[in-house]
Amino acid sequence: MDRQLNFLVALNALVLVAAVAIAGQNFINIYNLQSMATQIPELGLLAIGVTLAMISGNGGIDLSGIAVANLAGIVSALLVPMMVSPDELPMAYAFVFAGVCLVVGLACGLVNGLLISRAGLTPIIATLGTSLAFTGVSVVLTNGSGVRLGYIEPLDNFIHTPILGVPICFAVFLGIAIAIGASLRFAPFGMRLYMLGSNAKAARFAGFNQKRLLMTAYTLSSVLASVAGFIIAARISSVKWDYGTSYVLIAILIAVMAGVRPTGGYGKITCVVLSASALQMLSSMFNFLNISNFFRDFAWGLLLLIFLAVSRFDFRTLLSPQTKPGG
Amino acid sequence: MSDFVWTNSTSEDQASMKRIGRWLIRNPPVFTLILIVLVSVTIGAIAPEFWQVSNIFDMARASVVTGLFGLGFLVILAAGGIDLSFTAIAALMMYWITTAVAASAPWMPMPVILVIAALGGTIIGIGNGLLVHYLRAPALIVTIGTSYVIRGFLLTFIGTELFVNIPLPIEEFGKFELWRVQTDTGSIAILPAYVLMLVAAAVVTWWILNRTLMGRAIFAIGGNTSIAERLGYDARKVQVFVFAFSGFLAGIAGMLHVSANRIANPFDLVGTELTVIAAVVLGGARITGGGGSVLGTILGVVLITLVNNVLILAGIPSTWQTFVVGCFIVLAGAVFGTRKSA
Repeated sequence: MDRQLNFLVALNALVLVAAVAIAGQNFINIYNLQSMATQIPELGLLAIGVTLAMISGNGGIDLSGIAVANLAGIVSALLVPMMVSPDELPMAYAFVFAGVCLVVGLACGLVNGLLISRAGLTPIIATLGTSLAFTGVSVVLTNGSGVRLGYIEPLDNFIHTPILGVPICFAVFLGIAIAIGASLRFAPFGMRLYMLGSNAKAARFAGFNQKRLLMTAYTLSSVLASVAGFIIAARISSVKWDYGTSYVLIAILIAVMAGVRPTGGYGKITCVVLSASALQMLSSMFNFLNISNFFRDFAWGLLLLIFLAVSRFDFRTLLSPQTKPGG
Repeated sequence: MSDFVWTNSTSEDQASMKRIGRWLIRNPPVFTLILIVLVSVTIGAIAPEFWQVSNIFDMARASVVTGLFGLGFLVILAAGGIDLSFTAIAALMMYWITTAVAASAPWMPMPVILVIAALGGTIIGIGNGLLVHYLRAPALIVTIGTSYVIRGFLLTFIGTELFVNIPLPIEEFGKFELWRVQTDTGSIAILPAYVLMLVAAAVVTWWILNRTLMGRAIFAIGGNTSIAERLGYDARKVQVFVFAFSGFLAGIAGMLHVSANRIANPFDLVGTELTVIAAVVLGGARITGGGGSVLGTILGVVLITLVNNVLILAGIPSTWQTFVVGCFIVLAGAVFGTRKSA
């Protein structure tokens, strides 16, 4: 469906024009563009995770994203300094940090995947429970307080030093998004996932291993969340268990705005990236206008409802009002 | 020979174990009750002060708001929905009504205030139900959206400051005693009268679910929407009703929260949704709808309150609380939530 893509491109342009009109030329200078680009990856990665879970259908959703991200950051921040000194070997520190993040993400993802695919829990209850459990582990490990990383050059460069004008973390994010988008579109994994989401019964008769597919989708989602955790830790150079409490909502909002069907079977990564960028520009515009976080939450909630309504009343239902969507 | 006998007896044991397991799954409240007894006995052994009247009264007091939320959530869950916005509704009603009453009608009697709060909650709940029905999106996503709208509205347009100037009728209502016990140590333990609100709500919920046509419709829609609709049940009516009922209870819960704490904090309540969900799921309500009982929910609430309360008594740092509740959700989901076992 290219309509969704056109719509999102138009939305991006519209937000950009509105932001320039309201906030002035400063909005499109290179510094602000780069600063926005450093903030997109964390939300974008969480949203891609939610998208994968949603595509798999049958009430698929991943609510544990930000909990995994925070846990990954916290475990790394506590563990890695014991293994590598950040002052002597900053580069090695950064790589081990990223590695530990990924391992934590993989472990969390396996827990989610096992609960959903093997133990047969509904994704809502499984990821609600694990998000609390993972957050709980974070609280226990840090006693409820934050952990500072201090200034570590490679981590800081990863976020703030642009290569050819593009921040590295944004380039990495785009790379991941392209890889996942391609595997959804061209690899058997994607084809099977869409099939599972649109018609589970047909998928069963097609004879591929559904459990392994679900396992892969949810594990991948958590690994992406742990990459987000690494980026968060590098960007704000500290980690805390309650960072980004509204990210669950925003990740879902990005996915819904991108036209991912919450009931499964449809969703495009290109649209998710565009949707994330539109939302980030909107958020930056709010920054320029000094709008409070509370009003922002209000606006995100309202936007979510509006986009649910928009995706519900599309052209086809307007053209043929008699056809009732199946319950 | 002995080898043979040994295998035989295990398989018999296994068979009886299986039978017990199946019976437990068909009667989830029993499972919850066993957990409650286990936790109580263990903690009672470690920390005898657990059995003090004052501690038990404290827990009864603490379970009122969770219980009201839980009953509302149970009804929505039974109809196959899910709701994350009830705490936001309660927080809005609590803060808005308390500040408004304090500003313009501090003499207003508590029953009137409760009715207003319940009505306000009901209206927002109806909005939730209509949105869930017409957007045809998962209730989870819709109510995440409405909860942010409601909470954002409260914090942007109503206020963010702690409000301590609670009107007298609200404060008095929280102090009203049901039962006063003089303990051996000379201290006085008081059971406040508002715990009766939870009892009343439980009876009403039980009556709706088990003795009315609406109750039948709720379980039918929750069991299988398309079949129920073909049988003539009106899905929209059911959805609007369950969300309205949840909003109704949430409004009351919000006012009781002010009464009990004599303080109105707009940041309170929100964030406790997951505890409530844990309680209801632990009470054996199936997350996929079509099941659940009032007794189970109340037991689930007792269990969760117990765990929250008991961790501290047992010397476990309160930082473990989130982790334990999370594990409980997963455990309950694994025991009751799977389609296969039902």
